[in-house]
Amino acid sequence: MQFGIFTVGDVTPDPTNGSVPSERERIKAMVAIALKAEEVGLDVFATGEHHNPPFVPSSPTTMLGYIAARTEKLILSTSTTLITTNDPVKIAEDYAMLQHLADGRVDLMLGRGNTGPVYPWFGQDIRQGINLAKENYALLRRLWREDVVDWEGTFRTPLQAFTSTPRPLDGVPPFVWHGSIRSPEIAEQAAFYGDGFFHNNIFWPADHTRRMVQLYRRRFAHHGHGRPEDAIVGLGGQVFMRKNSQDAVREFRPYFDNAPVYGHGPSLEDFTEQTPLTVGSPQQVIDRTLSFRETVGDYQRQLFLMDHAGLPLKTVLEQLDILGEEVVPVLRREFAKGRPADVPEAPTHASLRAVREVSAA
Amino acid sequence: MKLIVVSAGLSTPSSTRLLADRLAEAARDELAAQGQAPSTEVVELRELAGDIANRLVTGFPPPRLSAAIDAVTAADGLIVVTPVFAASYSGLFKSFFDVIDPDALSGKPVLIAATGGTARHSLVLEHAVRPLFAYLRAVVVPTALFAASEDWGSGGDEYTDGLPGRVRRAGVELAALMAARPVSEEPEDDITVLERQLADLRFD
Repeated sequence: MQFGIFTVGDVTPDPTNGSVPSERERIKAMVAIALKAEEVGLDVFATGEHHNPPFVPSSPTTMLGYIAARTEKLILSTSTTLITTNDPVKIAEDYAMLQHLADGRVDLMLGRGNTGPVYPWFGQDIRQGINLAKENYALLRRLWREDVVDWEGTFRTPLQAFTSTPRPLDGVPPFVWHGSIRSPEIAEQAAFYGDGFFHNNIFWPADHTRRMVQLYRRRFAHHGHGRPEDAIVGLGGQVFMRKNSQDAVREFRPYFDNAPVYGHGPSLEDFTEQTPLTVGSPQQVIDRTLSFRETVGDYQRQLFLMDHAGLPLKTVLEQLDILGEEVVPVLRREFAKGRPADVPEAPTHASLRAVREVSAA
Repeated sequence: MKLIVVSAGLSTPSSTRLLADRLAEAARDELAAQGQAPSTEVVELRELAGDIANRLVTGFPPPRLSAAIDAVTAADGLIVVTPVFAASYSGLFKSFFDVIDPDALSGKPVLIAATGGTARHSLVLEHAVRPLFAYLRAVVVPTALFAASEDWGSGGDEYTDGLPGRVRRAGVELAALMAARPVSEEPEDDITVLERQLADLRFD
């Protein structure tokens, strides 16, 4: 099972002192967080993609390429890559390029993005969001799998005898996750292709997560990719930890109360009860995360959101130390217990290359 | 058969809740006369005010609000009563229906009612409340019930029935629609619904 972190890349004022990082500081902080993730033994770093303030990561492969040069093992991913507003030709090129630079340590999570005004900045229309996700992804797959593509569709100019360069590393396209919170169509898309499904459950009750993952697993089997338990599932989570849970609650409360996404709504106590947010001791985080398996079955990837709500970099790095040293080693051990041997791991470049070599032989 | 009463009264006791109870009684009496014994549940929006606000900012309903939404969605008939605020339904009343799936009330018999300090507000039911439930594709009974302060202490006049007579008429109209409605089947589980929606979706 893979463990890692994902970041939205928001610039949020620290509510305890009003300080706001500059864009440069925030971008450098994201890099420092990624390097820390490798240092403390995590498997995955994923960056968001956004094209409007207060977010900074508009160019994920630039950032991931830089991180690739400074890491050895970390898998570089996205949360999410906008399959709606990006030209699939450019996605095919950018991520294949990144694969070569990162020696295959690349996968990506596709999402639609949900802000109407962003679409026209890239010549698109949010009302076509689902259709864009379908057509663009179908083209992206072909660009990675066929050396020469003739193509005609609705949303971009036709392609004639087009070759996307560079070709995917070792002829193995990056593994794709489809990220969704609410849309059953996206669970269906992931199931149809036998791709991974990442349910970003961080603001949603477990019952909703269960239904979405069940749907994906059932459709994965329906489309002939294996048993429901062979489907590749990822989940989010968000935590804040201190040795004593009271200290964690006291320190995190002002950040929670003022966070753009959940501030000024439910109490911290209600929100932690109803969503995966866990504020407490490392043991509480371990217990909560292990309970996700009861919701969705044995799964493949767990990503935590750690740099949220305006927390200062120093605090986030401390959190990553606790996550890497005290939480994830226990999670690896405990998740392995009772996990059937035939439940697959998340595909990596190496595992996909091995499959390709077997099928070619 | 389930009759659900939604009351947006804010005081305890409230005239809005009193009117809601009288309407429910009238509908139940009429259904009983036809041999039906509906279960009745009252949703007091005052108790859900914080939950409704939290649902608006988080996107998901806390458990108690979720139960209230499920009750309304599964109802065979609804009685909805709001106080008049600033020439319309109260914000709390509107917010509750804002967080319910727009299809949840399709085809459902609904009796609309309102309370206010003066009968000059009575057309609120026709220019605000009825269009809201028309948008939700509910079947709104012809008699909409407005109770002004003066109605609680007077009978009718030569043009209009008094409050008890109008309550009875509205209850009878709601009961007739509920009785004529086919017994609702057990709802499909969500996955089945999703799968059916997906059956038409083709990728590639």
